[in-house]
Amino acid sequence: MALVYQRTCGLLDVPFHYCPGCTHGIVHKLVAEVLCELGLLDGAIGVSSVGCTYNNYEYFACDMQQAAHGRAPAVATGIKRVLPDATVFTYQGDGDLAAIGTAEIVHAAARGERITTVFVNNAIYGMTSGQMAPTTLVGQVTTTSPYGRDAATQGFPINVSEMLATLRGAVYVERVSVTSVKGIRAAKKAIRKAFLVQRKGLGFSFVEVLSTCPTNWGLSPVESLKWVDTAMQEQYPLGVFKGADLEVEP
Amino acid sequence: MRPLEVVVSGFGGQGVLSAGRLVAAAGLLEGREVSWLPSYGPEMRGGTANCHVIVSDEPIGSPVLNECDALIALNAPSLEKFESMVRPGGTILIDRTLVPEAPARSDVRLIAIEASAKASEMGNMTYAGVILLGALAQATGGFRRDSFEKALAEILPASKHALIPEEMEAFDLGRTLAGP
Amino acid sequence: MDRLPDRVLMKGNEAIAEAAIRAGCRHYFGYPITPQTEIAHYMAKRMKSVGGVFLQAESEVAAINMVYGAAGAGARVMTTSSSPGISLKQEGFSYIAGAELPCVVVNVARCGPGLGGILPAQGDYFQATKGGGHGDYRNAVLAPASVQELYQLTVEAFDLADRYRVLVLILADGTLGQMMEPVSHLEPKDATAAGKPWATVGTGGKRFHNTITSIYIDPERLEAHNLHLQAKYAKIARNEVRCESVGVEGAEVVVTAFGTTARIVRNVIRQAAEEGIKVGLIRPITLWPFPSEAVAAAAAHPSVKALLSVELNAGQMVEDVRLAVNGAKPVQFHGRMGGMLPTQREILERIRAIARPEGGT
Repeated sequence: MALVYQRTCGLLDVPFHYCPGCTHGIVHKLVAEVLCELGLLDGAIGVSSVGCTYNNYEYFACDMQQAAHGRAPAVATGIKRVLPDATVFTYQGDGDLAAIGTAEIVHAAARGERITTVFVNNAIYGMTSGQMAPTTLVGQVTTTSPYGRDAATQGFPINVSEMLATLRGAVYVERVSVTSVKGIRAAKKAIRKAFLVQRKGLGFSFVEVLSTCPTNWGLSPVESLKWVDTAMQEQYPLGVFKGADLEVEP
Repeated sequence: MRPLEVVVSGFGGQGVLSAGRLVAAAGLLEGREVSWLPSYGPEMRGGTANCHVIVSDEPIGSPVLNECDALIALNAPSLEKFESMVRPGGTILIDRTLVPEAPARSDVRLIAIEASAKASEMGNMTYAGVILLGALAQATGGFRRDSFEKALAEILPASKHALIPEEMEAFDLGRTLAGP
Repeated sequence: MDRLPDRVLMKGNEAIAEAAIRAGCRHYFGYPITPQTEIAHYMAKRMKSVGGVFLQAESEVAAINMVYGAAGAGARVMTTSSSPGISLKQEGFSYIAGAELPCVVVNVARCGPGLGGILPAQGDYFQATKGGGHGDYRNAVLAPASVQELYQLTVEAFDLADRYRVLVLILADGTLGQMMEPVSHLEPKDATAAGKPWATVGTGGKRFHNTITSIYIDPERLEAHNLHLQAKYAKIARNEVRCESVGVEGAEVVVTAFGTTARIVRNVIRQAAEEGIKVGLIRPITLWPFPSEAVAAAAAHPSVKALLSVELNAGQMVEDVRLAVNGAKPVQFHGRMGGMLPTQREILERIRAIARPEGGT
């Protein structure tokens, strides 16, 4: 029988713990596939962060470090400065990266660290059970914004990609989503490009992936995908914010 | 040899810390134990800077002096602040050009030299400190002329080595002015 | 006698930096804070010439997490700071302990609390020896008392860190960092000797992936991990205690003091001897593990009337002294704060009061 599909070599044979309808699994698979396809897995070191993906070091087949909340870009900087030839990436959520880790991500980007950050934005704190994140939309109900995020007292969402794109050290910044086959293909292309930017030593590369959290949003998986395509994309438009014209394919 | 414990004090920018360092470096060149402790922090800018220097044959205990054998005061506030630290029979060296006041103490030896005026005549104000170091060496016998000269060569950047003969002139002037 | 050719006059902060480089440290991450910033200045210059990395981090928090990453990647790595900065690093300390990463941190301490002041203090003793970060963990804590010892202990700190996979904290103070004394350079160490098969350097396709983590959600696994850590700390406590004991035999008073304070006490001991009072000194070189046995042994001498702990704080190490003495003798305390140093006279008066309580001789 012809083999038409198999698990990527970048993921270990361990079942994910993610909720039904959560798109973390898809993003993991894309990262792993890209590392394998580019032949980078054996020289890759990933950094897990704090949030639902705190233990994704158990899933990726490459060497992994687990970092404190928000500190993954600093940890990755330490690794990359010791092992400049390694492929170093962080995998962070929006609670981790856009709140407690804002300083670390901004400065890693500003330094142009030759690392890649995969930023999974689902507009909520998932692991700690659905609190308001810096990326939570105005009006969005969470456990700490039970009447909907009130801009007057709780401020506005942060568009991280747009913000990082203003930094010279960030050479490639793109926002994608994984709500459709087409979107997943585009996301994989972006992740691939981000790693190639790193391999070429061009600077900091960043892919923001709009993601779902059906459990904490209180929506079905299908409704969640729709919500990403509508409400979230209104606040977070997809696109390349930096480095659209970079040619990095070998 | 008995230990030499010195406080050098003046305005920041007068070369107070370097002067103390030269004493420590000269002592080290003579194979002795030395320590140099600067005051540090905001007072370095414009305020009073000082350092504690110890040269001894024995391992040095506290690098912080509560008393000293000699005080070099390059400004009036330094004299006022530190003269009480000088042991009876010790030496107070002052730059008379900048410190018109006399110390209140009568149980110490006073060496008052127009160091800044002389330095100005020599065309380099930084020699004021060196003149007083010459006087210190003469008054206390705490370190030798040749080790001071070597210390200059160690501490001054190479670009300033050409000035060493002049620095030594200033040092010798201080020795002469200190009297016997 | 001329100066030994290898004895050079160095500032404490420079000695720390040079020692680290000689010990094979090629990665330094730091953030400026007085009174230790010369370490960063020195590293910024010197790392370039030895092919190492100097990086000025955006914060103390980032710096300690860069240390985490670099240590996890197998490097000899250091960060340095002063008290307020060390407070910020406590989060990283806890994670480094949990993930068992070897590294060296120097605290050239100043006075607190808060921004406090920039002058020397020993108010960080509790923070250094009892934690500061969360969870059950220990750092090995070294307390040098001279520039030479700063140099030597910095070199040894890297070996200690690698041997036990722990964070080694050097607790100095502003006086030690700023002062100059002669330093004899030690021979450079072979930094590559210790293999680190656990490090994340890429699998190279030759082994299962390595993971570095401090999180164990499963309680049985986490307890097992904690027991493993505790066993390691017990081993350090057995093997690595260091202290200097001077003149304890036959002493009437035994003073306990570390770092700069011990230097001041040395002078006082001489002065007391001139008055016929015999004073001993126990100077812990490792603050953790604390030299409890040496302190207990000193207290057991029949000649010893009391112990006196002299510190630049409100009474911190004295708690460990009291635990060690365990009521066998009175333990007194003398401390100064705010960057004030005790004068030799005031320490001598405390000693006199113990040795000659009636004021007679």
